[in-house]
Amino acid sequence: MTQTGTDRITAAFAQAQQTQTAALMPYFTLGYPDAATSLDIIEAIAPYSDLLELGVPFSDPLADGPTVQHSTQVSLEKGTTTAGCLEMVRELRRRGVQTPVMLMGYVNPILAYGEENYVRDAVAAGVDGFIVPDLPPEEATEFEAKVADAGLSLIPFLAPTSNSRRIELVTAKARGFIYLVSVTGVTGARTQVQTDLAGFVNRVRAETAVPLAVGFGISNPTQAAEVGQIADGVIVGSALINAVNAAEDKVAAAVQFVKSLRQGMVNGEW
Amino acid sequence: MIQSAPVPDERGKFGPYGGQFVPETLMPALDELIRVYDEVRQDEAFMAEFNHLLKSYVGRPSPLTHAKRLSASLGGAQIYFKREDLNHTGAHKINNALGQALLAQRMGKTRIVAETGAGQHGVGTATACALLGLECIVYMGSVDIARQQPNVYRMKLLGAEVRAVESGSKTLKDAINEAIRDWVTNVETTHYLLGSVLGPHPYPMMVRDFQSVIGHEARQQMLDEVGRLPDTIIACVGGGSNAMGIFHAFRNDDGVDLIGVEAGGEGISGGKHAARFADMNIARVGVLHGTKSYVMQTADGQIRETHSISAGLDYPSVGPEHALLRDEERAFYTYATDEEALAAFQTLCKTEGIIPALESSHAVAEALKQAPKMRPDQIILVNMSGRGDKDLNTVMSALDL
Repeated sequence: MTQTGTDRITAAFAQAQQTQTAALMPYFTLGYPDAATSLDIIEAIAPYSDLLELGVPFSDPLADGPTVQHSTQVSLEKGTTTAGCLEMVRELRRRGVQTPVMLMGYVNPILAYGEENYVRDAVAAGVDGFIVPDLPPEEATEFEAKVADAGLSLIPFLAPTSNSRRIELVTAKARGFIYLVSVTGVTGARTQVQTDLAGFVNRVRAETAVPLAVGFGISNPTQAAEVGQIADGVIVGSALINAVNAAEDKVAAAVQFVKSLRQGMVNGEW
Repeated sequence: MIQSAPVPDERGKFGPYGGQFVPETLMPALDELIRVYDEVRQDEAFMAEFNHLLKSYVGRPSPLTHAKRLSASLGGAQIYFKREDLNHTGAHKINNALGQALLAQRMGKTRIVAETGAGQHGVGTATACALLGLECIVYMGSVDIARQQPNVYRMKLLGAEVRAVESGSKTLKDAINEAIRDWVTNVETTHYLLGSVLGPHPYPMMVRDFQSVIGHEARQQMLDEVGRLPDTIIACVGGGSNAMGIFHAFRNDDGVDLIGVEAGGEGISGGKHAARFADMNIARVGVLHGTKSYVMQTADGQIRETHSISAGLDYPSVGPEHALLRDEERAFYTYATDEEALAAFQTLCKTEGIIPALESSHAVAEALKQAPKMRPDQIILVNMSGRGDKDLNTVMSALDL
């Protein structure tokens, strides 16, 4: 029997755990700084990543800070479309990238594409799960059913503001992993990770066996290591984009940065 | 006490529209807002304080004015104005700003963020914050800052910090994005004082309720001063708070036609407008800023930039309850172009001595079309949602004066 997307996500976390480190999940915006470069970057960092979170650009990304906003705006200016993003995932699979892919995108482009078509075409392209920041569980019922039917995961969020009622609501249905937002705020590199992150992670851990990945604000190997000690997964986006922005050789810079994160997490030096 | 209509349901749905499409971080804050709002609207002390401020500070009830010369010149229906332009701060926006500022105080939040397009909501919010001693940050697109300078100065004088938004189209939609990002970041201390019947539940309901004083007063004034209800009510619709405010009290009066007027900009065919209900090529049901409604967007689901001479109507989506009223054919929606609004603006200045906001001029433009088709014993009630002082620069340059 072939593995479902959710199986592949679960396996990726399990495998990371066997090597005694948290799973590393870089985020990158599809089509940034252009389609070809983004494909080369993602292909190159995949071997050092346990999972990949790939962004489908939206004109009004209200959960994102300036770095991701800028990347999605540039991507749209370069003509990136939702269909184009799915085609890019397909191309990554053609190039032999086997890392599980989480497709991150806001709800309006999904509605415009058609929820059913989106799930179907994403499965065909090789997507394993979806991250939709403006689709809380209350609004997700229909989309989640379509995603589950296809054997994929709709990744729910929890935030430091989530009370026990919301933690129960989210953990009851979670598949794949849960995305824990490390800080109240938007995405973006920060110099410090929230101090009571461990308390937050433990509150959620008490309710579920599903892996917990932490994102928002993790910007260097030390922080990645620190979070990796606490959580099952570490998501790094804005800092990767910043590293790419600063470099002439963008592919090399991306690889170097992701390798440094992994190195930090494996050595646990923090 | 505020009586809520059967919509929205407890999940914030107006039929297929509305809802709560926001990041998880905000969901507990929305839960709290729903809980506290539900408390206060049944709390006589809270409502008494709100109503006292509306009376002693805003100057309510706002008068009803019979536009006799205008009506006579059109030779048709009698036109009446509900004079929200005479409120303190010059627009209906202050009603909701005071209601939510009191609510924020009740929740123990000391910091207020708001968005503004034309600046009227920003001024209303800055005023309410000054009155109640709350910190106030107003996000405003840099395009709007340039075209609504007088209101920017007013907000600063009132002690608000005006933050220019440079992203996207640099107008109202982008100001809302930034206000929401601020709210997500500072949610523990901050209340987002949203200015229209937009955004996630409970905002469309709560803003409507705080604005419904307009219609309740107008309905009573019509009965007391004219002896009957109007045949037609006309209001402009950006997000749609002044329209919901006046429509709400009349929703069960079957003989009263409700007409919402969107911004037709440079005309529908070129796409440079903000008439969400008029252009099905580019406006479809979608999600923007936490609510499901009609949204002007590309085939790929990217939000389109809109155009209107009036900053307050320059927004790509529309309140979810308007979408429902339209589906149910309880209200009808049309549009007025920039040109028509400017002409109505001038007509009103000269025949009635009222300088209307460019937003409200869209409603006046529709009244100018409707009145001649009606009998002189029929009545049109127009919501004069704001005064036009803020628009003088825009009008002067558009008219080459």
